[in-house]
Amino acid sequence: MALSPADVLAGLKEIVEEVAGVSASTIELDKNFTDDLEVDSLSMVEVVVAAEERFGVKIPDEAVTDLVTVGDAVNFIVNAAK
Amino acid sequence: MTRRVVVTGLGATTPLGADVDSTWAALIAGKSGVRLLTEEWRELLPVHFAARVHTEPADQMERVEMRRLDRSEQFALVASREAWKDAGSPDVDKERLGVVIASGIGGVITLLDQYDNLREKGARGVSPHTVPMLMPNGPAANVGLELQAKAGVHTPVSACASGAEAIGYALEMIRTNRADIIVSGGVEAAIHQLPMAGFAAMKALSTRNDAPERASRPYDRDRDGFVLGEGGGILILEEYEHAKARGAKIYCELVGQGLSSDGYHIAAPDPDGAGVQRAIKFALADAKLSTKDIVHLNAHATSTPAGDVAEAHALRLALGSDIDHVAVSATKSMTGHLLGGAGAIESVFIVKALQERLAPPTINIENLDPAVTVDVVRDKARPLPAGQIAALNDSFGFGGHNVVLAFATL
Repeated sequence: MALSPADVLAGLKEIVEEVAGVSASTIELDKNFTDDLEVDSLSMVEVVVAAEERFGVKIPDEAVTDLVTVGDAVNFIVNAAK
Repeated sequence: MTRRVVVTGLGATTPLGADVDSTWAALIAGKSGVRLLTEEWRELLPVHFAARVHTEPADQMERVEMRRLDRSEQFALVASREAWKDAGSPDVDKERLGVVIASGIGGVITLLDQYDNLREKGARGVSPHTVPMLMPNGPAANVGLELQAKAGVHTPVSACASGAEAIGYALEMIRTNRADIIVSGGVEAAIHQLPMAGFAAMKALSTRNDAPERASRPYDRDRDGFVLGEGGGILILEEYEHAKARGAKIYCELVGQGLSSDGYHIAAPDPDGAGVQRAIKFALADAKLSTKDIVHLNAHATSTPAGDVAEAHALRLALGSDIDHVAVSATKSMTGHLLGGAGAIESVFIVKALQERLAPPTINIENLDPAVTVDVVRDKARPLPAGQIAALNDSFGFGGHNVVLAFATL
């Protein structure tokens, strides 16, 4: 099922807010998970698992290291869902 | 030159209150913190009640912080924050700041909840925070991280003696010049069907389901086991000169500790109480106190048939006729038994008792067991004498661990 980038971003905002307690309004495509959003390596695992469940995609461990910004994650999920 | 150790801050979250002041007020008023459990699983057990904390951590900390902390770690942070603030948030060299916080069982609720996740959702369903949440040193580690303590962060484990052992360990860290300030104490969060079923299988828990508030009754003839409690207590210990130099409020001095082990049985108390007696004698010697100096004792007294009598017997043998002028309080009658948190909250109570010159009551004694020949403070709090006074806190753990702490007014 195709997903729009806007839908994925909206979903990721909810997930990151839940996991890291960062206000959704500060979560933008160019934000770095570690430096800007205080998502450490353990919390990133939570974000990934929650995103897999929500969007019905697989995000392999080797791909996670390349997901530096929120935009990286949106692109990966949109492509994976095609 | 001996480095003396004083108490400069207190914190607690207990079945009686959200902090030290509310807990102490309820304790002196003789309130019970024991309640019927509301969970459906209670029906699986022969015991339907426990002593949950008065105030949920959710009311005391942020949601996001909570979700990566085991309940025991939440208790540790809540109580440590209160204690640190009470000590005046001291400005201390982080390399001279340590943390010693014990837990008897550690993050057992996390362990069991994540096992449920594993079975329902597979390995992907297990939280990446599982290990930092279940490790018994997690409460100490999280407090150490928050305060950036760098002198050492430790977690002694000796079942129900753990909290007292942590405070004793902290005493030695300051005495041996490893640190100037230690955040010390113990926590427990084990109210869950599995540990409760385990304690029930040992016949260690009271099953007085028709009267939960009357179930914890140390020294009563009809006591039938302990009541599981949760929460924790924290003492800020500080080197005396350090505390004086910064103008800290000083509650009292932690003057000594005594440690021994029974070598008798994994769970049953030695009926002769020889190990307990030795721990008391070691504590008095370490504190340079005589039996005549002791005016108050917060007993381990958990409300089990064998334990309470063995302890009372040992107290009489260790203190001789001087036990007759010791006001003995069994506060587990109100708080339930906090396992690794017990020795810590009871040390908080001793510090308050010395400050307020008031020994807390022991509730629920309808008929004093004639085998108990110590002067139990029953029903109402009792004033303690003026002048220089000292008090003991004894704690024992499954495995035969005995820890006695001695506190004295300055």
